[in-house]
Amino acid sequence: MTTAHDDSPTRFEPPVGAESGPFWDATREGRLLVQWCTACDRGVFYPRAFCPHCAAPRSALEWRTASGRASVYAAVVEHKPEAARVAFSGGEPYCVALVDLEEGVRMMTNVVGCPPADVGSGMAVAVTWEPLSDGRQLPLFRPDAETGS
Amino acid sequence: MGVVRVDRTLRGAAAIVGVDDDVSPTGELDRTGRELEVAMVLGALEDAGLTLADVDGVCHAESAVAFAEYLGIHPVFTDSTMTGGSSYEVHVEHAAAAIAAGVCDVVVSVYASTPRSDRARRRPSARRVPPGPNPTLEWDLPYGLRTPMGPYALAAARHMHEYGTTSEQLAQIAVSTREWAELNPRARYRDPLTVADVLASPLQVSPLHLLDCCLVTDGAGAFVMTSAERARTLRKPPVFVLGAATCTDHMGISQMPDLTTTPGVVSGAHAFAMAGLTASDVDVLMGYDSFTITALLHLEDLGFCAKGEGGPFAAEGSLGPGGGPLAMNTNGGGLSFTHPGMYGMFLITEAVRQLRGECGDRQVEGADVAVAHGSGMLLSVMSTAVLGTEATM
Repeated sequence: MTTAHDDSPTRFEPPVGAESGPFWDATREGRLLVQWCTACDRGVFYPRAFCPHCAAPRSALEWRTASGRASVYAAVVEHKPEAARVAFSGGEPYCVALVDLEEGVRMMTNVVGCPPADVGSGMAVAVTWEPLSDGRQLPLFRPDAETGS
Repeated sequence: MGVVRVDRTLRGAAAIVGVDDDVSPTGELDRTGRELEVAMVLGALEDAGLTLADVDGVCHAESAVAFAEYLGIHPVFTDSTMTGGSSYEVHVEHAAAAIAAGVCDVVVSVYASTPRSDRARRRPSARRVPPGPNPTLEWDLPYGLRTPMGPYALAAARHMHEYGTTSEQLAQIAVSTREWAELNPRARYRDPLTVADVLASPLQVSPLHLLDCCLVTDGAGAFVMTSAERARTLRKPPVFVLGAATCTDHMGISQMPDLTTTPGVVSGAHAFAMAGLTASDVDVLMGYDSFTITALLHLEDLGFCAKGEGGPFAAEGSLGPGGGPLAMNTNGGGLSFTHPGMYGMFLITEAVRQLRGECGDRQVEGADVAVAHGSGMLLSVMSTAVLGTEATM
């Protein structure tokens, strides 16, 4: 496989949504935040201006620092990075997964740090960070050595 | 998900009285855009023995207003509902409701898309960017999940994890669907296909292989619906709307609560309850097959088999033309017949033709009940239309 894409931007850099400023600001320090509803005691993802679980207003929502530990819900391997028009894997197959954070919310990510085909449902993972061009960092996940996988 | 409603009924109030569609074994059509849409509308009206002057309702997944203007008509009902590939099943539901409520009398719905020849001719393709805030851009797109197949691959991976479903079982869906396509002279692919062929085709987003994925072809179609009373005075046998229902679950795949259960559980239960029928009454299932896993989920969620048993059910090969318990996707489906992007219109045109007995070599004998089950966006919006002949009324 070539790495001919290395000169191009390696990631689509996410826009900052109307409610997600604190999330992205915290990534600069390597902290993973989850929006939390104090009315129904549940996590909210993606960030919203109200609680989609109990309809509590914005005033009931706060930001909490997540543990960074998660469990893989489902994982796949992109075998044609060129067809996906991404360069971040250097042309190699990569894993895209949905992971369930310990705080009970689910997010999409890449699981890195192991062969992509080794990632499967139920695997324990922990957050790791990839710098973006503006100082923000993108949360990725890797196998969690402490809990084993 | 929600409680099944049986208090709402459209049963038998309206009927599809005309259909037309245009596809080619080459996958490409000469006509495109409005010219192709108008041809479909006029063809479907001709099929019904109606004219544009009879039309007072228009459905179009981009803008029914713009299309009505192009037609030069002044409808009292328009519906621009856009739910992706299930849009046309939603149009069936909404048109039947409008007709049942007396809002309008004759409704047309039309679809045309020519992605294959657009690419060949370097025409700019009409790519749709959803308006407003787009969480998918912020939370999903950075991770390079290729759409549309990536989200479906996630569903397949989770289904395999929970229920032991295998790639061989998914492949059998593509094989059975190809067996139907072999009987359809208009299908894109008609060569015999084996499970080994599917498994040997290149992995795209694992666990989905190339031959687990639908085609990219040109295609167009239209249907015309009117009241049951008027339908019985027209040219062709009416195809009655016995039940119709829709459920929206999510937009982005990371917001889907359970990757192994689609909102078809709700739309199917509502539509069958309205029809007073169950899966066992269905002679033909037109179940949107964007990918093999999509069709498998429909089998479970509509009640043709239990949750988790879609793999073994499909692996029996009983979905093909061999006279098994369920004829699924008799035109050859999105996997082998055509798939221009929003395939739901072709579920309807085939269901109608099966119920009229117009399907030639692939005709399911004595078909009285057909289901057109559309899947929109990323398993996001399911819409179920239960259709029947006069014998079901």
